[in-house]
Amino acid sequence: MTQLALVIDLNVCVGCHACVTSCKEWNTSGAAGFMSDDRPYGPDPTGTFFNRVQTFEVGEFPRTETVHFPKSCLHCEDPPCVPVCPTGASYKRPEDGIVLVDYNKCIGCKYCSWACPYGAREIDEHQKVMKKCTLCVDRIYDQTLPETERKPACVLACPTGARLFGDVHNPDSQVSVAIRESGGYALMPEWGTKPANHYLPRRKTRMKIHDDELVRAANPLKKEAKLPKPALTDPSLDDVTSW
Amino acid sequence: MRPAFSVVFLTTLIGVGQGLFFALFATEVSASIGLLPAQSAAFFGRGSMIAVGFLVAGLIASFFHLGHPERAWRAATKWRTSWLAREVIALPVATGAIMVYGMTHYLRWAIVLPGSHSPLPDGLSLIVGAGAVAATLALFLCTGMIYACIRFLQEWATWLTVVNYMLFGTASGLVLASAYSAYESPQLEAFLVTWATVITTAALVTRSVSLIRNARIRHKSSLQTAIGVRHGRIVQTAQGFMGGSFNTREFFHGASPMLLRSLKWVFLLLVFPVPMLLLWEGLLSRSPALALAAFVVQYAGLVVERWFFFAQANHPQNLYYQAIS
Repeated sequence: MTQLALVIDLNVCVGCHACVTSCKEWNTSGAAGFMSDDRPYGPDPTGTFFNRVQTFEVGEFPRTETVHFPKSCLHCEDPPCVPVCPTGASYKRPEDGIVLVDYNKCIGCKYCSWACPYGAREIDEHQKVMKKCTLCVDRIYDQTLPETERKPACVLACPTGARLFGDVHNPDSQVSVAIRESGGYALMPEWGTKPANHYLPRRKTRMKIHDDELVRAANPLKKEAKLPKPALTDPSLDDVTSW
Repeated sequence: MRPAFSVVFLTTLIGVGQGLFFALFATEVSASIGLLPAQSAAFFGRGSMIAVGFLVAGLIASFFHLGHPERAWRAATKWRTSWLAREVIALPVATGAIMVYGMTHYLRWAIVLPGSHSPLPDGLSLIVGAGAVAATLALFLCTGMIYACIRFLQEWATWLTVVNYMLFGTASGLVLASAYSAYESPQLEAFLVTWATVITTAALVTRSVSLIRNARIRHKSSLQTAIGVRHGRIVQTAQGFMGGSFNTREFFHGASPMLLRSLKWVFLLLVFPVPMLLLWEGLLSRSPALALAAFVVQYAGLVVERWFFFAQANHPQNLYYQAIS
């Protein structure tokens, strides 16, 4: 079984919003389009997005850390938004695990957005249907694109390579290895939604120096001089050499 | 959550209709075993039509909630998994059953056993009524479970939600039935007022329990679990956009905490003591207008209660939308 997903490395994300804009650009002209914007230059702009980059500050000054946090649909393996849909417009594809909305069946009742703890679904105010991240389903299988470009737009746009894309059920895939070896975790595990998307934590590489490494242990006389040269007749460690 | 007025009116209006039907059927059953004087067919027929009117009004209100009302028929397809789809089926079934119950009385349909020429007294309407009671209970269950089944809306995810929907609907229907009997058949009023008081008191108890429960609730999600960083102090500095979005509009009620707290007392007053006083005063002073006023006051209180029910629910997605920049 395949479960396509994103793995987002918070250690690498710089919060540039390139994934947000490329997602909007690709999807507003694609199968999910258009993703309407209202009053973009007015005092109260609003719009439909599949992907947002948020910023959090962890800790208290001066010991703070800024965490840039890209958030899109997590394509849960047990998605709470799917069974509540009364029409079947919201569904999870069995072949690749992508959670999608059939825009021709959606009645715009918003019940699925209530049933998503992550706020990943946004209603299109003009088309009056629910929209969400499609993992660029109209792109990743497109045989006319070179194979390296058959990835979600956000992944291709990320300048730092913070976004990985692949099958999290294949233990040898790049994303599975990253989750396994770099401490990948799921959001809000308390609700048992089993998100397919994972996040890699902020990591720091530190060198541990033990106290005894700072003093010369091999200097029992505490004298900074040439080592004493024993006489040839003196016993030695290996009983062979005295030097 | 932002209270959707279409849903506020849907749930309160169908509750009145369902409760009014319960009151009519309870009257008929009590009359059939001699506890109450028998009522005319027109009493049950007209009462059922009022109940159907409320249910249809609720159905109409629900359409205002939909982005694509013309596709509403699709909403019945996923009844295996969705309580909303089950409600979409249960609402017309219950409405139809109550309508048939009313017509059984109004058109004097009756069971005539083969070989007999005289119809069984009261037989058919009691059977139809029992079926309608089952459909009405199923509708109450579906309506309540739509909210109770979302496990991370912890204020809703309790059996008390279903019980409250049932008791509030039944209570408001009984108050309306009291007013209806005050105009149509005053000898029933004492019976219905008593039951309206009993069910309203029961609703006060269960709603108080749920208010206490919700005041003491410990939310399972926090900013720590939302972004997966374990630190006691995490503050959002940017939500990713400067304006509003669906996420900031749909899940925040926008009212001040002060208003929220005061509305709780407003509905506790309007749903419970005030209509009961009006109802008993109307009964003792033989004033049908007071009984009708009791219903109007309680219905207004129920609208406030439903608004509060929505506003009090705290969606975990709000953790992600706490600071514009």
